[in-house]
Amino acid sequence: MDPAFFFIQFLSGLASASNLFLIACGLTIIFGVTRIVNFAHGSFYMLGAYFAYTLTQQMMALLGDALGFWLALPIAAVAVGLCAVVMELILLRRIYRSHELFQLLATFGVVLIVQDLVQEVWGPEELFGPRAPGFTSFVVIFGFRFPEYQLVLIAAGPLVLGALWLLFNRTRWGTLVRAATQDREMVGALGVNQARLFTGVLFLGGFLAGLAGALQLPVEPANPFMDVNIIAEAFVVTVIGGMGNVLGAFLAALIIAQLQAFGILVFPEITLVLPFLVMALVLVVRPWGLLGKPETSTSHGFAGDRPLRPLSRTQQALVAALIAVLLLLPLVVGEYSQKLALEVFIYALFAFSLNFIMGAGGMVSFGHAAYFGLGGYGAALLVHHLGLNMELAILAAPIAAGLGALLFGWFVVRLSGVYLAMLTLAFAQIVWSTAFQWVELTGGDNGLIGIWPSQWASDRTVYYYLTLLVCGAAIAFLWRASHAPFGYTLRAGRDSTVRADAIGIDLKRHQWLAFALAGTCAGIAGGMFVFSKGNIDPGSLAIPTSVDALVMVLLGGIQTLTGPLVGGAVFHLLEAYILPLTDYWRAFLGAVILVLVIAFPMGLAGFLRDRLTREESAS
Amino acid sequence: MLRRTFLAAAAAVALAAMAFTPGAQAQDSVKVGELFSYARIAAFAEPYRKGWQLAVEEINAAGGVMGGKTLEVISRDDGGTTADAVRVADELVTNEGVDFLFGTFFSNIGLAVGDYAKQKQILFIAAEPLTDALTMAQGNRYTFRMRPNTYMQTKMLVEAARDSGAKTWAIVAPNYEYGQSAAENFKKLLPEIIPGAEVVEEQYPALGKIDAGATAQAILRTNPDGIFNATFAGDLAKFVREGQLRGLFEGRTVLSLLTGEPEYLAPMGAEAPEGWIVTGYPWEQIDTPEHTAFVEAYQATYDDYPRLASLLGYMIPYTIKAMLDEADSTDTEAMVDALKGLEVDTPIGPITMRAIDNQATAGAFVGTIAVEDGQGKMVDWHYADGADYAHSEEEVKAVRPGE
Amino acid sequence: MTAVLEVDDLRKAFGGVVAVDRVSFTVEAGKLFAIIGPNGAGKSTCFNMVGGQLPPDAGRVRLGGEDITGLPPRRIWRLGVGRTFQVAATFTAMTVVENVQMAFISHRRRLRALIPAARRLYRDEAMAVLERVGVADQAERQCGLLAYGDIKRVELAIALAHEPRLLLMDEPTAGMAARERIDLMALTAEIVRERGISVLFTEHDMDVVFAHADTLLVLDRGRTVATGTPQEVRENPEVQRIYLGGAGVAAAQRAMEARA
Repeated sequence: MDPAFFFIQFLSGLASASNLFLIACGLTIIFGVTRIVNFAHGSFYMLGAYFAYTLTQQMMALLGDALGFWLALPIAAVAVGLCAVVMELILLRRIYRSHELFQLLATFGVVLIVQDLVQEVWGPEELFGPRAPGFTSFVVIFGFRFPEYQLVLIAAGPLVLGALWLLFNRTRWGTLVRAATQDREMVGALGVNQARLFTGVLFLGGFLAGLAGALQLPVEPANPFMDVNIIAEAFVVTVIGGMGNVLGAFLAALIIAQLQAFGILVFPEITLVLPFLVMALVLVVRPWGLLGKPETSTSHGFAGDRPLRPLSRTQQALVAALIAVLLLLPLVVGEYSQKLALEVFIYALFAFSLNFIMGAGGMVSFGHAAYFGLGGYGAALLVHHLGLNMELAILAAPIAAGLGALLFGWFVVRLSGVYLAMLTLAFAQIVWSTAFQWVELTGGDNGLIGIWPSQWASDRTVYYYLTLLVCGAAIAFLWRASHAPFGYTLRAGRDSTVRADAIGIDLKRHQWLAFALAGTCAGIAGGMFVFSKGNIDPGSLAIPTSVDALVMVLLGGIQTLTGPLVGGAVFHLLEAYILPLTDYWRAFLGAVILVLVIAFPMGLAGFLRDRLTREESAS
Repeated sequence: MLRRTFLAAAAAVALAAMAFTPGAQAQDSVKVGELFSYARIAAFAEPYRKGWQLAVEEINAAGGVMGGKTLEVISRDDGGTTADAVRVADELVTNEGVDFLFGTFFSNIGLAVGDYAKQKQILFIAAEPLTDALTMAQGNRYTFRMRPNTYMQTKMLVEAARDSGAKTWAIVAPNYEYGQSAAENFKKLLPEIIPGAEVVEEQYPALGKIDAGATAQAILRTNPDGIFNATFAGDLAKFVREGQLRGLFEGRTVLSLLTGEPEYLAPMGAEAPEGWIVTGYPWEQIDTPEHTAFVEAYQATYDDYPRLASLLGYMIPYTIKAMLDEADSTDTEAMVDALKGLEVDTPIGPITMRAIDNQATAGAFVGTIAVEDGQGKMVDWHYADGADYAHSEEEVKAVRPGE
Repeated sequence: MTAVLEVDDLRKAFGGVVAVDRVSFTVEAGKLFAIIGPNGAGKSTCFNMVGGQLPPDAGRVRLGGEDITGLPPRRIWRLGVGRTFQVAATFTAMTVVENVQMAFISHRRRLRALIPAARRLYRDEAMAVLERVGVADQAERQCGLLAYGDIKRVELAIALAHEPRLLLMDEPTAGMAARERIDLMALTAEIVRERGISVLFTEHDMDVVFAHADTLLVLDRGRTVATGTPQEVRENPEVQRIYLGGAGVAAAQRAMEARA
């Protein structure tokens, strides 16, 4: 083996590590202080590259190549920081009193809008920035050529790390940020203006993401996929390092990038899953990341949680009426509307099953799609490879999903908070990459086709009733379970882990079973899904599907049982109706989400509940 | 709590009912459904849409189809996922009552919609999906494809490298179906066409996430004579910049899929990799009367130059017209029968929709990249006729399911 | 008399700091046993080792003769030990009565039932306990919305639900107003005496301690300073020196006179 080659490979890894670190450090700072899971961080990164593209063009013409270029980068970063401030001022500030996850929903809306905005302003084709003046060539290291600019990137990471250290240890503001990361209540008690602190932190985080994007311009053309391509890995690095820990993010970036650089020599396909494998391993061994601190919270409830109430007479009548309407629907509407309705049933069950662990169990999952997809694949594989019919194959859906959830859940419930959520994501990505890569079995990213219902159920209306029956029964079962001692046990553990422990509840075990039960039900949804579509591909297991489920739950309201049902229906119908309207359907959908987030900070169902209870108490 | 559920559900029902407008079919038009990942892959989608819109306008101005009927295209974004795309296809078929479908970009979506077409017995003409499976292992009677598939384009490139003398090869391909099957095809075709040649290194970076430095270095380690590249867009740009600085391409034969298409070549400007042998579309140099007419019409209408997607989009409505005129019916079986073996004149010459596998014989241009006036262009190019590169009848019979 | 709880040579160190150093004591059946001492004396650490929240480094904890050292809290609870916390821990998003019902559901081992409605289970029993601690009128309110004094009572009700033989109460009156403290402690004493429950508690309020404790253990920097009846402890010169001080002695005196 040639040591010079390995050294060069190591240097390449260092350059990638710098890039990863620059993105992740802003994310981790924002999370540490504000607890916002900022999906829009990838958008900031992308904006950094686009701003840098425009600015270098203007300024290099104006000030000459070197000065223009090197001035343009920090200005682009500042501009992105200001964008982050705008997001904080006009959006996040309105919803700080909602649950932290709700801010995730808001930033998701921002992601959708920025995606379309970028294409509108800069066009869809990739834009090549200039090479960095002064660093356009290569140096020779041990007989290998190595690009000079990569050396600049290698230096950038440690430089930013050092600058952040100075900021956090030598300035009053930095000390405040550190204190806020460690103990938010304390900072509030010290009389610090929390809103202003948050604005400042958003600026810093946005600035760093923008800088990362700008520095990337000489390496990669600005393009509209930069946000989604980077955001998951940025979160992974943040979590491996320990949320809120900048040095941890640096170490994590280094580990991931070096494993990638050397991993491709042995197993070139590894890049697909490697960051998530590392995250899963780290979290199983160190539940709070490499340098993170354990969360002290013993309660995982949500603002606005209320006791469960049984259905009143009127409500029971309304349920009956709803069921009657759904039973009669196929007599009134056509084939397509039936399809839409049956998809709503499927997504409602999917969201409901997620909320069973989230709302009742206090366990937020970023990877619920794993069980939806496992259900779908479980059924599809039997049809495809063994030629089983729908009746038998569909039984495999909950079994496959349930077994997967049982396996992964055992690890997941040992964690809490965001770390738990990220471990679910890691497992989902591992399942996803398996489906993606194991082409012989799963058909790879082309997926499996020809998974249609049996003859008797292939009529749209028959399948509508079948879906209504299956999903309805599963929802009814979970509804019942929520009101039963099992659901109460989960709620008990969510509200107070110490109290639950002190009345004899083995919380981990119950959370584990709940995770498996929710996974099983998501699998039922996945099974019905695959036969409604006739095909399945890894998209059903991918992050966007998990995010969709999360959005449905949050949009409807996490604190109510009806929330996910309402959210599932609203979100899916919105998507279906907005899609044909305009090419800018993503921005439109994002804008609708933002409006809903601001107007209904408890979710749609939560809003209605609070209004009605106010009326009741008023009367 | 339940009241809210009810209200929501009632609203949903009302919405659904509103959406249901029976597909009233006007007698004087043929309704065609079109779906494509417009938002997700806008760089390709925009020129494609301009292409088919131009053709539809021309056809209708010239008297329409089937002796006077208007061609009416109802266009939808397919959402960029199979789940959305199948629903959108269903909406077009059951709600809008279209007579058949065309479009789609991604392979998985093409396959899913093709399978839907088979289930519903609806004709579907896939525009862009490259996967061989669409016309081979997972092909069906109702699904046709316009573009030369991965196998055909790979074969064109390998043949172009026949005289390069390169014996050892490295592969760089994005890790998804297109890249995987390009690599598979390359590994299969290489020893057949260049005896004694072998693949010594394979790199499969995740799509959009190439670690270009490490990948270039990994290839340098094995010091191959040639490199077969299937990456494109942002990944390709990163790979080219890193590779050039590291001397990766010096003295090596590089074959690259799609790189000569204006979609990917134009944004690279002066950094286009000189000397690479690529498939593409040298639109500015093709001077047949048919093609010149197309380019002039396109530029007059849109004040923009055509991309490969524009050409592709433009060819489809003319194929549709030929099919409808031939079938003189919108009955699915009649249209399928008409389309099988149909010959159509296009700006790049006559093409045939092969009856054995529903693959069009549209070819691709193969040439070498040179940089002139700060812009990459294809030189020494020739048109590789798809008919010469498509799967042989035996190969088709071996894997394609019977109809 | 029979010993309900025997603690032998309990020891716990955090890093180099010995928080509890070879502490031993015995709680007799039906008695109230108080652990007192200045801040940092090791009261809570000692308490958490008995309750199972912390594993001891050395020593034994026996409940009714059975070794429970290092068992998790939920197992210790099943052996008949109820527990309240310094900062009340209740299920804030449930109603008051549901909080108590949960304890019954757990006690009867029906936590995993998926079908019956939890709110209908053991309701009468739960109401009876709430009645006893005086918050029955709040039964249908959300627990998290109650006044803190009432939440403490709910916590007591939860702890009493499975008819424990031993109650562990970590500063039962912390965070409450003076009047409420006296009422709550009087109520607790009354209930445990009528039911023969033993109590181990820590407390800062000397009035409360000397008014109700049968036996006291005084800790200082992890070590046992004194143990005995309130009278004995009050008269122990070392206790007076290091802990009680003048004001403390006066409070102890006052409390014991009131009790007599």
